[in-house]
Amino acid sequence: MPEPAILIDVNDLSAFYGESHVLHGVSLTIRAGEVVTLLGRNGAGKTTTLKSIMGIVRQRQGSIKINGLETVGLPSNRIARLGVAFCPEERGIFSSLSVEENLLLPPIIQPGGLGLDDLFTLFPNIRERLSTRQGTRLSGGEQQMLAIARVLRTGARILMLDEPTEGLAPVIVEQIGEAILALKARGFTIVLVEQNFHFASGLADRNYVMEDGVIVEMVAREEVREKAGLLQEYLGV
Amino acid sequence: MTTIFDMPIAILGLQILIGLQNGAFYALLSLGLAVIFGMMNVINFAHGAQYMLGAFLAYILLSWLGLGYWWALLLVPLLVGIFGLAVERLFLRHLYHLDHLYGLLLTFGLVLIVEGVMVDMFGASGLPYSKPDLLQGAERIPLSWVTGNERDIMMMPVYRLWVIAASIVVCLIVWFAIEKTRLGSYLRAATENPTLVRAFGINVPIMVMLTYGFGVALAGFAGVLAAGLQAVTPHMGSSLIIVVFAVVVIGGMGSIMGSILTGFVLGLIEAVVKIAYPEATNIVIFVIMICVLLVRPAGLFGREA
Repeated sequence: MPEPAILIDVNDLSAFYGESHVLHGVSLTIRAGEVVTLLGRNGAGKTTTLKSIMGIVRQRQGSIKINGLETVGLPSNRIARLGVAFCPEERGIFSSLSVEENLLLPPIIQPGGLGLDDLFTLFPNIRERLSTRQGTRLSGGEQQMLAIARVLRTGARILMLDEPTEGLAPVIVEQIGEAILALKARGFTIVLVEQNFHFASGLADRNYVMEDGVIVEMVAREEVREKAGLLQEYLGV
Repeated sequence: MTTIFDMPIAILGLQILIGLQNGAFYALLSLGLAVIFGMMNVINFAHGAQYMLGAFLAYILLSWLGLGYWWALLLVPLLVGIFGLAVERLFLRHLYHLDHLYGLLLTFGLVLIVEGVMVDMFGASGLPYSKPDLLQGAERIPLSWVTGNERDIMMMPVYRLWVIAASIVVCLIVWFAIEKTRLGSYLRAATENPTLVRAFGINVPIMVMLTYGFGVALAGFAGVLAAGLQAVTPHMGSSLIIVVFAVVVIGGMGSIMGSILTGFVLGLIEAVVKIAYPEATNIVIFVIMICVLLVRPAGLFGREA
């Protein structure tokens, strides 16, 4: 069976915040339909990698090809139009918008997005809270679901989720895990930044481990058990 | 004739009307300032000069091109708005990552330049602008239904009524556009988190530029309204804008409806003070501003940062 096409191809990526050099030559590939995680300790560069791919971090060197198109140098609004969606760690629910307005905010960029009915099947809580006047009145778990749901409408096929389970109750974490598997089954490509290795390894096809702004290891699903000790060493505190 | 505070009720009514009309300008101008500050974090000190420019453009359209008041109401906001787009593109854009103070200084410099050019071209003494026949004169309004006295009749200047009505309509349209439409939700979201809105695929820099142009166009519109009321002078904006800044501080930056209501209510309060204690007319808004700042530093409708 031929391997699925490469959607994101990052090569020797460096990224900077002002004077500080945060990523030092990151290379990774994401294939269509994969769930790939970026693991690593705090400050390893996982979020910066996502934000660099998304174009939110503008100071980049190296190459980031999305669907074969070089995007280093493109602003984030152009990158979003290539079908890439980003859920920030802080969720980014807008307090001056109602839940419904938050859900409908991201513009449709291409056909093929989920309809509202599909979204409510995936995240039933949101339907009930739709008329809430302030998006930020929702619980943390509901905000996370809303943050994921709103980018599923847009037709983006690559989802980049930054720590979607952070600070959430186990039952909500489980619900989000099921949603991610359901999205994979629908053919979405998902890049996941996670601290929760147990959660991530249950979902991922492949795991990249980052340390000090570089990728130090790639662990495929079938190697997780055998490399458990190594992962423990990289991720353990 | 019936009197209140030793003042005939007809005169009193007129003072209230003038108060509302001043409030109409406060509302239009503070609305533009609030929209601009919310979106761009720029304190647009040039707002008064852009208002003055609106009045002058109305004068120029009439005296150079023979285009009258209604044309001016349509064209002047566009022209002043385009001037705003150029200012944003050429100057303000480079200051967003800096402190508020830099935007304030830049727009203050613009005021000096624009006022200087206008003084040089037109002199400082003021030019007359003739309003259309339709809005000339005054309506006789009987007040006997309030006082029971047949001799209580008030003369309502039509133009002042028009200013109040036009301002209310424009303010409500702006409120609706920002609070109830999809474009408005982009605007509110980008005010909160422009980075994320941009990552959703929206061209936020263009939106910021258009927002500034729009806020400036509102000032131009107010300038055309003002041209029909008073002599058009290069300094008409700087005297008004100080009061408008006080209005914005009182209302707070956070709320569109807050800016509108605060504008009208403060115009009314000024009028009441003018009747009850005329000596305090010019300072009442600033006294209120100080009190509000002490109790609610973010303003009556503003959100605490």
